Amino acid sequence: MIRLEKRPQPSRGWVIGGPILAVALTMVAGGVMFALLGSDPVEAMRIIFWDPLFSERFASYSRPQLLVKAGPLILIAVGLSLGFRAGIWNIGAEGQYIVGALFGAAFGLAFYPSESALIFPGMVLAGLLGGVLWAMIPALLKVYARTNEILVSLLLVYVAEAMLASAATGWLRNPEGSGFPGSRNLSRHPGTDNPELIAGTGMHWGVLAAFVAVIAAYVLMQRHVLGYQIRLSGEAPRAARFGGVNPARLVLLCMGISGALAGAAGLFEVSGPAGQITIDFNAGYGFTAIIVAFLGRLNPLGILLAGLLLALTFIGGELAQLMLGLPAPSIQAFQGMLLFFLLAIDVLANYRVKWGREAAA
Amino acid sequence: MTALLEIEGLTKAYPGVVANDDVSFAIQPGEVHALLGENGAGKSTLVKMIYGLVKPDRGAMRLNGAAYAPAEPRAARGAGVAMVFQHFSLFEALSVAENVALGMETPPKPRDLARQIREVSETYGLPLDPDRMVGDLSAGERQRVEIIRCLLQDPKLLIMDEPTSVLTPQEVEILFHTLRKLSAEGTAILYISHKLEEIRALCDAATILRLGKKVGECTPREVTAAHMAELMVGKSLSAPARDASKPGEVLLHVAGLSVTPASPFGTPLREVALEVRAGEVLGIGGVAGNGQDELLAALSGETLVAPGAITLKGAPVGALGPNARRALGLLCAPEERLGHAAAPDMSLTENAVLTARIRKGLDRSGFVDWGKAKGFAEEIIARFDVRTPGPGVAARALSGGNLQKYVIGREILQAPTVLVVNQPTWGVDASAAAAIRQALLDLAQGGAAVIVISQDLDELLEISDRFCALNEGRLSAPRPARGLTMEQIGLMLGGAHDMHEVVA
Repeated sequence: MIRLEKRPQPSRGWVIGGPILAVALTMVAGGVMFALLGSDPVEAMRIIFWDPLFSERFASYSRPQLLVKAGPLILIAVGLSLGFRAGIWNIGAEGQYIVGALFGAAFGLAFYPSESALIFPGMVLAGLLGGVLWAMIPALLKVYARTNEILVSLLLVYVAEAMLASAATGWLRNPEGSGFPGSRNLSRHPGTDNPELIAGTGMHWGVLAAFVAVIAAYVLMQRHVLGYQIRLSGEAPRAARFGGVNPARLVLLCMGISGALAGAAGLFEVSGPAGQITIDFNAGYGFTAIIVAFLGRLNPLGILLAGLLLALTFIGGELAQLMLGLPAPSIQAFQGMLLFFLLAIDVLANYRVKWGREAAA
Repeated sequence: MTALLEIEGLTKAYPGVVANDDVSFAIQPGEVHALLGENGAGKSTLVKMIYGLVKPDRGAMRLNGAAYAPAEPRAARGAGVAMVFQHFSLFEALSVAENVALGMETPPKPRDLARQIREVSETYGLPLDPDRMVGDLSAGERQRVEIIRCLLQDPKLLIMDEPTSVLTPQEVEILFHTLRKLSAEGTAILYISHKLEEIRALCDAATILRLGKKVGECTPREVTAAHMAELMVGKSLSAPARDASKPGEVLLHVAGLSVTPASPFGTPLREVALEVRAGEVLGIGGVAGNGQDELLAALSGETLVAPGAITLKGAPVGALGPNARRALGLLCAPEERLGHAAAPDMSLTENAVLTARIRKGLDRSGFVDWGKAKGFAEEIIARFDVRTPGPGVAARALSGGNLQKYVIGREILQAPTVLVVNQPTWGVDASAAAAIRQALLDLAQGGAAVIVISQDLDELLEISDRFCALNEGRLSAPRPARGLTMEQIGLMLGGAHDMHEVVA
């Protein structure tokens, strides 16, 4: 019989070596799958993990995509991780992302065609505000009506999607767009654009914000009293109350921060890579960020790496579909394997595997 | 006469500790046999082996002369061995009869079962209404449910694990009456306790364990309690020392404190009033579940009350939260060490920040000063003799006694004006308990006011200046602790909770 015994302290070796082993195992298992589908497994791995960054043919296009895709994932996941550490489950980042984009875009378009340098900062503030407001609905309902924030925040995603559709086809539609749904293009208009800051890197203000958020969250969790209270509340709620933590205040703070960052991610996306409000503007970053947060063990630095890794498999997976003609579901299965191995190996950091009969009752 | 149960060379080792090392003894039919030892002496492991919960590594047992090796509790019950655990396994939202039925292999029809419960409870003087909801019962009544569940199986050997820790003195008397009656009818009882006077009053024989080994056996009636204590602890213990001093000004004043509990099975506090003076120890006795947790929460600030209900040095603090009260000098140490007084997975350094951040200045403009926090954790470890490799160790890795020393030390070293502790020595070995009591007395000696909430009446009589009892959320008027008899205390604790001794 196999059984797991909790380690007194998490193993350092496994915390660092585990993810590397998980990637290696994914390559083996995924390689077998690709071989069975009739492709060369070694070539498939090269295309997924190497070519997007280093091949001469594709890297000029796909290398910037890495930061473009990882930026919003990291920014949202860092915000979510604070709440998750405290046991506050904001599942609706996708909705806060949409509302942030709508607020920011609406602010920018309200001053159209002004090209003032003050508009973009204003749009960022509006995006933050939109995300916060949308997150405050589940937060206030949780504090004052004891509703479940998981359900409320999730269902508000669908409300936000309906608002997005009405904005794209109605109140934010481009008046010069000959009736097509979608707003004016923000990224091609000076004053409302979120430009690539260093050419050829994909680095825009949102990516920069994500890096700043990683550092700020790291300092907050390690050094600040609020970070301590967040960890305390997640690990021992009763001890947290005894230690003077106000649970209602913590719910509002954590929901507010995660909403703000998700809203900002939406604004940076709509004014940069996406360029405009469209019906299908949201690409699932808000949900994928939940995976990124847990993959990064709710640790800001881990989230940075997890966001980059996941973005790489997205880009490399698309490339593999294109180059080898692999079916899209096989790429999703491959990404699933990566998550599976990472989380399965993660257990070994906290538990020791024992063979044989149970010793203690 | 053949022994009912013979135990030969039972040994059980866990990683890093030998819980039982070559333990042998025998229980005669109808005998009340005490198993005596400190926490961690191996009593629980031993009875778990007898009850089939744990498999011994070595050794053999014989029941009525036949080999006995129960693979699971069901086999033990089938052979006539029953056990009443220290922690009850009852469902609060179910009735007494339903709870009893849940513990039986083949429960009879509900009406027959109710009749059987009434019969047994009358025969053995344990009044219990089968239709009542367990959530409404006192701790003593809940224990009766467990006992009756065992008696319905007509056991040859009844194991009782620390049965009196939740009872008032009067309830203890009635329990003993029941146990003597059972013993007279031929049922043997294995009685686990560390309360020596009880064992002297009840038991025919005693086996004493220390650190997993059998260190002696005796006939309790023929030896002194001090002799048994020395066998149990391995050295003689000194009673806490204190100098008589005059109490000073009133530091904490509570009046008209009423709290409605948050959960349906909590206990409301009703018009609680008390005051403690500088240099004084106020003992609050009572059976668990009579409002102790609620009282501590109201004093710590986890439950907010009317501002004037609690005043500290004349200033109203009832509406202030835990940290604001700490800033003013009102400190608390709750009963539950893991999860309430300390976060289990956090290090001792991090747990130092939990309550000492404000008074010890462990933060600067919002940022935790981890160096200073580590220094304070190390100070607690050194001053209170906490056995741990260092302050980086997680709280859950410490033994109960060491963590309790850490928790109490953390509060005492913050130099409180008023310190409230709930069950300061629960589950703590005798030498750590003595150290904690001495530290509380020293704190009072230094001019602080100390409130000790405890179920251990001996402890309260030993360290309190004044004693009052908490019963169903009401606090009795305090009386000087010196000269109080157990009987007087029992009456203060609410007597026997609606129980009438059946004249045999």
